[in-house]
Amino acid sequence: MYETNFHKASTAQDAAALLAKSDDGKILAGGQTLIPTMKQRLAAPADLVDLSRAEALRGVTITKRKKMGIMKADGGETITIGAMTTHAEVAGNTELAQVCPVICGLAGNIGDPAVRHRGTIGGSVANNDPAADYPAALLALGATIHTNSRDIAAEDYFKGMFLTALDDMEIITAVSFQAPVVGGYGKFPNPASRYAMAGVFVAKSVDGEVRVSVTGAGDNGVYRHAGLEAALSADWSASAVDAVEVSADGLMSDLHGTAAYRANLIKVMAKRALA
Amino acid sequence: MSEGIGARVLRKEDKRFITGKGRYTDDIVEANQAYAAFVRSPHAHARIIAIDTSAAMAIEGVETVLMGPELVADGIGNIICGWGVTSKDGSAMNMGAWSALATDKVRYVGDAVAIVVADSKSIAKLAAEAVVVTYEELPVVVGSVQALAKGAPQLHDNAPGNLIFDWEIGDLAPTDAALATAAHVTEMDITNNRLAPNPMEPRSAIATFNEAEDHYTLYTTSQNPHVARLVLSAFYNVAPEHKLRVIAPDVGGGFGSKIYIYPEEIACLWAAMKSGRSIKWTSDRTEAFLTDAHGRDHVSTAKIGFDKDGMIVGLKVDTKANLGAYMSLFSSAVPTYLYATLLSGQYNIANIYCNVQAVYTNTVPVDAYRGAGRPEACYVIERLMETAAREMGMDPSELRAKNFVTSFPHQTPVIMAYDSGDFAANQKQAQDAADVAGFAARKAEAASRGKLRGLGYSNYIEACGIAPSAAVGSLGAGVGLWESAEVRVNPVGTIEILTGSHSHGQGHETTFAQIVAERFGLPTENIQIVHGDTDKVQFGMGTYGSRSGAVGMSAIVKAMDKVEAKVKKIAAHVLEAGEDDIVIEGGAVKVAGTDKQMLWHEVGLAAYTAHNIPAGMEPGLKESAFYDPTNFTFPAGCYICEVEVDPDTGVTEVVQFVASDDFGTIINPMIVEGQVHGGIAQGIGQAMLENVVYDDAGQQLSASYMDYTMPRADDLPNYSVHHASTTCPGNPLGMKGCGEAGAIGSPPAVINAITDAIGNNNLSMPATPAAVWTALQDVRSKLAAE
Repeated sequence: MYETNFHKASTAQDAAALLAKSDDGKILAGGQTLIPTMKQRLAAPADLVDLSRAEALRGVTITKRKKMGIMKADGGETITIGAMTTHAEVAGNTELAQVCPVICGLAGNIGDPAVRHRGTIGGSVANNDPAADYPAALLALGATIHTNSRDIAAEDYFKGMFLTALDDMEIITAVSFQAPVVGGYGKFPNPASRYAMAGVFVAKSVDGEVRVSVTGAGDNGVYRHAGLEAALSADWSASAVDAVEVSADGLMSDLHGTAAYRANLIKVMAKRALA
Repeated sequence: MSEGIGARVLRKEDKRFITGKGRYTDDIVEANQAYAAFVRSPHAHARIIAIDTSAAMAIEGVETVLMGPELVADGIGNIICGWGVTSKDGSAMNMGAWSALATDKVRYVGDAVAIVVADSKSIAKLAAEAVVVTYEELPVVVGSVQALAKGAPQLHDNAPGNLIFDWEIGDLAPTDAALATAAHVTEMDITNNRLAPNPMEPRSAIATFNEAEDHYTLYTTSQNPHVARLVLSAFYNVAPEHKLRVIAPDVGGGFGSKIYIYPEEIACLWAAMKSGRSIKWTSDRTEAFLTDAHGRDHVSTAKIGFDKDGMIVGLKVDTKANLGAYMSLFSSAVPTYLYATLLSGQYNIANIYCNVQAVYTNTVPVDAYRGAGRPEACYVIERLMETAAREMGMDPSELRAKNFVTSFPHQTPVIMAYDSGDFAANQKQAQDAADVAGFAARKAEAASRGKLRGLGYSNYIEACGIAPSAAVGSLGAGVGLWESAEVRVNPVGTIEILTGSHSHGQGHETTFAQIVAERFGLPTENIQIVHGDTDKVQFGMGTYGSRSGAVGMSAIVKAMDKVEAKVKKIAAHVLEAGEDDIVIEGGAVKVAGTDKQMLWHEVGLAAYTAHNIPAGMEPGLKESAFYDPTNFTFPAGCYICEVEVDPDTGVTEVVQFVASDDFGTIINPMIVEGQVHGGIAQGIGQAMLENVVYDDAGQQLSASYMDYTMPRADDLPNYSVHHASTTCPGNPLGMKGCGEAGAIGSPPAVINAITDAIGNNNLSMPATPAAVWTALQDVRSKLAAE
């Protein structure tokens, strides 16, 4: 690892101020990608601004849709997850599990226990690894990414492999979305890295809109799958997926599998997401 | 005897390992220690045009930057291959020069070009990056078949066509004749995938030159420190043998990769002398992928013929072995004498012929990796047997059984003379444990869940304990393969065993103590095992080839024989009895049939006080012995693997793995089971997970754990491990060796099971989900076409 200056920030504002002072600063939001990359000497930020003490950026809030009713998992609750909330905290949040179990299940399958206890949703979304799980969830859930300067719709946020709408000095503070009426995530882990080789997130919103997003398989990061969305809008079932032609065009081929194999995985994972 | 042979004694070494108190090379800090980093080639094949070190030298804290031409000028020798293999036309092998630091050309990504010595690791790395090397890139070839093709890029001038040797074993004409008249011939293309060894502890070295004493010390991660000292002194001229101490302290796994003396140790010792600093170098994981000798990488075609009754009449194999960019220490022996000599498997085969071409490519050198040649042989014969049974419509276990060797000794047509075994007993034990009879019902039940279930056998035999020195010498080995031991009984009766074997995970501190405990009736607590230091142990050949039991312990037994003889003489003298009447039992030395005895420690004291020992006897109680094995040993067994395949994804789960092994005498069943578990884990790793992949430019695409799939706990089944043993007649303890069997026997069982499940035999290792799914699609499109 190259030498770097380590700073601790207790708020997003502090972090922004520290970043502004650095020529080449990076936010450390768990560091589960950044630190290994630095150890391999593939990244060399002059300054690291650690947000792990920024308590205000941490935690899950759930706003019920019906003011008087008992909280029920019928969708529509507004869920806000602080950027520095770890995967383990999302996975283990029992209230969240009642209104949006799919996000808890997804978080509980990221990496290994060490990763889940350090890695955060903000870090994952800011990095936008093309095989990460959260981008698929946020895109399918129509989430909003909140930063220290604005709100960005997920649709406008993910710009391709490791690319996002974030400006250099912009810091994610939280993500929010409405709990879907029904949602599911099917993930096929890469045998070596255990990142998604194909991860398919299916969600139906309270308005009846169906969104299907795919991570890990595309050659330019997370994307929505129009064919699957159309099929599931008409018929929310695994058999509807069978009829969909999933093309290998635009999918990744590498030493772990061909584009044709990934196309197959997209269908299989979509069906498993619905199961 | 609770701690003797056969007892499940807990490992003495585990307290320090489990509590993080092990002392590994990188834990050791010498006074005035500097750190080395290597400038490595980013190209797989290139000519070095110029090297500019000025920017690196200008960095504060940089001690020196040293390069190949200076190393050569200082008389540091090229890296050797310790086994000369002769081609079938009688010519010697075409060995290209390998300098510890490249002089004119680099031949693989990671080839060392310069060593940078600096005050800290981070300065050394920064400075290494600041060394500017100008390369002229050359065309690259990474596969053995491609390297042999006409017009392929040439690596070494003295190896035309990249051919190192073209070797054969067995008789061609009778084999061809037998195959020509066979009732059935099975022919297959068989690839054995390239593996990276991945010991938990990466390689490391600390080199020190003490000018005042004119003495060198090298701490290194070695499986054989004495061999390292011999080679470093006699061949590389970095230090005279008597002025070089090599210490291999706790070593965290080797699997073969730490047998060899690599460029880094040579360069560190040389640079220590040049700079006057102690120099530490520790590989990181990426460096390990790029520079640790890889294993396997065979491409073969194989033919086996049967008569109308299913008896084997002949076997013919053609193999291309990729040895990488340079010849590593035992690289020539692995695809020849450790491979083709085992092609007879457990079977009576009258005619065998094998041709092996060893080839240079722009890849990491390939050498012995757990099993070393025998896994490749086992994979060939056991894939052939399973496939032939399917083609002939026979039960694969019955086809094997009717061809078993049943009388011993058995001379195969390919050098080996099997000394013992009961292959049918292992097969029966494995079949019973695996409930083979119930397989059809399990397959049907799996089908009801949408899963494809398959079962595969592997009846392996391998050769360990290598080997009689005269025999290996006649086959081209540059060393003898005996082992030495010294038994030191202290005046208080405690014992130190000095052994030339080296433990890097095998548990010698426990098992070696057990055989001493058994012999003299002492607690293992009173026995200390000393190894891994050339100043303490006089000489040794080290640990590889599952030899520490059959050879290393045999040397201890021979030394104990001498100690016992002297103890009896002393006791007979003191107790005024005949030597033949003295027995050693339960920590006492007794006159049989009387109540006269000396306690063990009283004999020790008597030997050292020397007040009352037989006239003319030398005082003290210390004996040493060298043991040269009389033959290879032949562990064998039957493995049965059962898998379930998810046809939608190709994901394959090993749902049952049964092993029945014949290891001869077992000292500590717990440690043996651990060896089998670890071996099978690596075998399943090879069969389903692990693969070194190069792109056409010679870049390793799989050089991190993001892309190289190491076996993890959730990839592996619970093992069902059993033993049906015959005693090895070749050594005093009757041991055969257990360290490699699991890795040798398991890959064909796994692939035979998966191909059985999916109904397509065209499947190569590693059988990843993508590979299995693709093979399934091929079957389906074939079925659809029919």
